[in-house]
Amino acid sequence: MMAVSIPKPERKLALTNLGIAYIAFIIGTLCGLLQVFIRNDALQLPAWLDYYQILTAHGVLLALIFTTFFIFGFFQSGMSKTLGAFGPKVILWNWIGLIITTAGTVMDTVMIVIGEASVLYTFYAPMMANGFFYVGLALFVVGTWVQSLALVGHYRKWRKAHKGERSPLFAFMTVATIVLWIIACLGVVATVLFQFIPWAFGWKDSINVELSRSLFWYFGHPLVYFWLLPAYIAWYVIVPKLIGGKVFSDSLARLAFILFILFSIPVGFHHQLTEPGIASFWKFLQTVLTFMVIVPSLMTAFSMFAVFEIRGRELGGKGLFGWFTKLPWKDVRFTSIFVAMLFFIPGGAGGIINASFQMNEVIHNTLWVVGHFHITVGTPVAMTFFGVTFWLVPYLTKRVFTKALQRLAFIQIITWSIGMVLMSTAQHVLGLFGAPRRTAYTGYQHEDALAWFEGIISNHVTMAVGGSILFLSASLLVFIVIQLTWFAPEADESNQEVFPIATSDSTETPKILENWKVWIGVAFVLIAIAYTVPMMDMIQHAPPGSKGFQTW
Amino acid sequence: MHLHKYEKIWLTFGFAALIIFLSVVGVSAFHQGHTPSGGLQKVDPENLEATPPFDDPGVHEKEDGSYEVVVIAEAFGYTPSEIQVQAGAEVTFKVTSKDVTHSFSIVDTNVNMMVVPGQVNEKTHTFEEPGTYLIVCNEYCGGGHHFMSTEIEVVE
Repeated sequence: MMAVSIPKPERKLALTNLGIAYIAFIIGTLCGLLQVFIRNDALQLPAWLDYYQILTAHGVLLALIFTTFFIFGFFQSGMSKTLGAFGPKVILWNWIGLIITTAGTVMDTVMIVIGEASVLYTFYAPMMANGFFYVGLALFVVGTWVQSLALVGHYRKWRKAHKGERSPLFAFMTVATIVLWIIACLGVVATVLFQFIPWAFGWKDSINVELSRSLFWYFGHPLVYFWLLPAYIAWYVIVPKLIGGKVFSDSLARLAFILFILFSIPVGFHHQLTEPGIASFWKFLQTVLTFMVIVPSLMTAFSMFAVFEIRGRELGGKGLFGWFTKLPWKDVRFTSIFVAMLFFIPGGAGGIINASFQMNEVIHNTLWVVGHFHITVGTPVAMTFFGVTFWLVPYLTKRVFTKALQRLAFIQIITWSIGMVLMSTAQHVLGLFGAPRRTAYTGYQHEDALAWFEGIISNHVTMAVGGSILFLSASLLVFIVIQLTWFAPEADESNQEVFPIATSDSTETPKILENWKVWIGVAFVLIAIAYTVPMMDMIQHAPPGSKGFQTW
Repeated sequence: MHLHKYEKIWLTFGFAALIIFLSVVGVSAFHQGHTPSGGLQKVDPENLEATPPFDDPGVHEKEDGSYEVVVIAEAFGYTPSEIQVQAGAEVTFKVTSKDVTHSFSIVDTNVNMMVVPGQVNEKTHTFEEPGTYLIVCNEYCGGGHHFMSTEIEVVE
């Protein structure tokens, strides 16, 4: 019989990553709570704390720290589960990577707290933070690379030992996500190392602003897929097992991930549609490439609902929708992820609107965008991670996810959903009216601006109520995590949590899908087509550079 | 690779949607000229006083009744502080920044322009309705970001 649990070194490693993720999560959501109250003038911050410091912390802690640490904890457990125990070198390099990532995180947190880096997580030049903020960012990325390469090393060893076999789907998807992450980070590493750091430390007088923005967004869009793909791993590989089914199609699942690598990178200009310095043609070309992600997204939606229907019918569901009622709704590990998927339907549709070239002008940098990412990364991704947490943490700590905790978990996901519906709907509507994002208390003395907040949905109260419910929900989740880590009853053999991995029939999966050289090559060709000419133009026809400004 | 029949139908629908979306966007952009704001002209952000058209920021009415409005953004305001144009006239905005990245976004219109130092952003718009329009900076630009706004007066 296979060991129920993965070895102790991996469990320690993964738990450390998850622990840091949840520390960042609770501080980040607290910052979010403060924001909704400052925005409606119900709260005054003390003089030593500034709204934009809190906003920077909220974005960095939740979008970068929580997601990244969680993802690596998930990957480390899953790779050990599906490919076998890590060797001492893999363990060592994972720890080295984790320590470097944490060092970068601490450095950046300190810079934000002491007010040296209120530049938000997009850190647009020529706003200039303390040089160590950029060093921290670089360390963060390098640390994730070290952990990534350690996992890739483990995968390569497995492949050498299993010539001619398809790798387990979980491992394949992990490697695909890592490939995407490493290629994406090249942009941010380039701008941080060669532009920001020399400039912030005074070795260079000026910075090429447009180039730095473009390198940032070369990274910024695939970054969202770096959050999303691990959630998709849970959807494709974990969820079918939770409901007792199997993976719908191994080859389609792998193809979807390959398409995400290809079409999530050469598309960054769709974040820069309303700015000068990029010719319309290149903006449009990248819009076309952006729209290609519709294909793997629809493939994923199809696979999910196919798995649900097949399993529902096996369980005796009749008629057009009878299967739906047969799904295991009382299992919070499944229900949480199902709700997460539902949120992604409007989330994805909103994304298509945002990327639609001229339509972008209507919503660019309005509160709509804030609403958008709260129902993409903020719920589909985050709530999938919650759903994974409910079994992964007790699996790693060998404790029991008790009935009482399961009930709390239901309350947690229900409150998160309600809070998010209220808050993000208000944000979407306000954005359509033209209310800007990223502002503290908005006291524009103009009838249009005053009218923004008079609607039933679009008022500050709705947003504040939503935000408060969300923080309550976040606290509940952290309580559950603490219980599952230290206080829940210890499991014995009869009730030990398992790592749910669905079977995936890879006998007919084409070999080419696992030929990384081919796909990385195609990815670079697409990137070269989309970026070479406009970026050369930015470098060759650069205006005089900008010196640094500290405007906060 | 095996594809289920329903999946083929579903993906055909997906591809069709993709083509329709892109055609609509493409025709609107290149046939009807609805492109987002942009421009390729460069300026020296530290020497705007000596660089046309930014040596003379303000509202310039042309002989054919259209306007060119030249705007400089800086933390946390816009020059000129007062803008007045006629309803129904074509207005071309030219904006740049003296310091950090800002935006020039007119509420209730499709004028939503990023203002990047070193670059000149351009957008043409016709105000059909007279009134006072609110202009806000919607790109975070520092501690006074939420105070950065102005108005444009559109008269009959």
